[in-house]
Amino acid sequence: MIDKSIASVKDAVADIFDGATVLIGGFGEAGSPIELIHALIDQGAKYLTVVNNNTGSGHVGLAALIENGQVGKMICSFPRTANSTVFPDLYNAGKIELELVPQGTLAERIRAGGAGIPGFYTATSVGTVLADGKEHRSFDEAAFSGKQYVLEKAITADFALIKAQTADRYGNLTFNKTARNFAPIMAMAATTTIVQTIQKVEVGEIEPEHVITPGIFVNRIVKVSDPQQESKLIAQGVSYP
Amino acid sequence: MSQVADIKKVGWDRNEMAKRAAQDIPDGAYVNLGIGIPEQVAKHVPDGREVIYHTENGLLGMGPTPEVGCEDPELINAGKKPVTAVKGAAYFHHADSFAMIRGQHIDICVLGAMQVSQNGDLANWSTGSKNAIPAVGGAMDLVAGVKTIFIIMQHVTKNDDAKLLEQCTFPLTGQGVVKRIYTDLAVIEVTDKGFELLELAPGISLETVVTKTAANLIDSRLKYSGGTND
Repeated sequence: MIDKSIASVKDAVADIFDGATVLIGGFGEAGSPIELIHALIDQGAKYLTVVNNNTGSGHVGLAALIENGQVGKMICSFPRTANSTVFPDLYNAGKIELELVPQGTLAERIRAGGAGIPGFYTATSVGTVLADGKEHRSFDEAAFSGKQYVLEKAITADFALIKAQTADRYGNLTFNKTARNFAPIMAMAATTTIVQTIQKVEVGEIEPEHVITPGIFVNRIVKVSDPQQESKLIAQGVSYP
Repeated sequence: MSQVADIKKVGWDRNEMAKRAAQDIPDGAYVNLGIGIPEQVAKHVPDGREVIYHTENGLLGMGPTPEVGCEDPELINAGKKPVTAVKGAAYFHHADSFAMIRGQHIDICVLGAMQVSQNGDLANWSTGSKNAIPAVGGAMDLVAGVKTIFIIMQHVTKNDDAKLLEQCTFPLTGQGVVKRIYTDLAVIEVTDKGFELLELAPGISLETVVTKTAANLIDSRLKYSGGTND
């Protein structure tokens, strides 16, 4: 019998090791797996490379993981956020590395990693400083001719932490509105994908036509039925731990 | 009284710039609006036109800001502000969202700018300052992938420095990508010849725009209005 359910967020993140690359879903607070991130803070793994669109806000969630000194490098598109001082302070002090990636290139690098494609060419960033040092080439095909493209390499990871709306024990997932953002592609690109879900349903309850992420991309499911909301915690002045 | 009215008629304010740009978005267009003044374009779609708004965090069919108390933290735009979804909207993940952009499925993108050069180079993500944390978001993907790029911006900086230049001095977002620029003073098209003036804002003289533009400006107003220069 296949059952990817895990009893607690603590158990779900127990084997994340020092030096691991971790994909963390979310666009700002929408889709942020905040309970899994807090469990990773309790667990204490260090020297992590974290991939997220941003770098967190306030002193909870991703910002707290960074503030706790567990992240050596961030790969992201937009490290500045309202209410965000943790990453800027560490970056300006030279204590954290940043790989800045255009947002669509970041998404496609993750998708490519999950699809077994080691790299791809894109026109995004050609002629800018973000293309410096990267391989350039052109193509003869009519749809792409007359333009330069730059080689971008896939991102794969040891772990992905994502948030779903609904999951079954196979790991089939649905999401809520724009909280979906990076979750489906991150689920594809990690060796071990860990999901916190608001609802847990029986196999067969999610219509096959409505499955967004098929269970093959998911390894662990942990139910967090009433997740905390990052902006509310920040408004309350909460710091984690 | 007449003096007050005259002062009010000089140039376009932010709302009027957005309204002017909205006139050039055709019925049926799929449009991505950048953060700031471009967001206001959605309020000014002329009657009889249906336009679908894309927000790159994963929504096609973005609607207006929700009423106070009806915000959903999981229904936001690329600026992380609460929005609504119109009837017929669709949600999707980031790779699909940027496939819409990179694959040239989005017709028009309206963005802000720090600088635009006469060959259409755009700088709108970084001043190159050593102290600033670099942050690019989706700007480079949008200008590389969307068919038509409109810019809405003030014609000059707060210090009266030109933003329309022969060459950008800030780090580029993309090369040769800008099609048309809507400022508080004028509408300007970027063509093979450089900056072409299409229209002046109310009460603005050609001399003013020429003075505040640090590149050659071709007066193409007659051509644009359907007349000829002959």
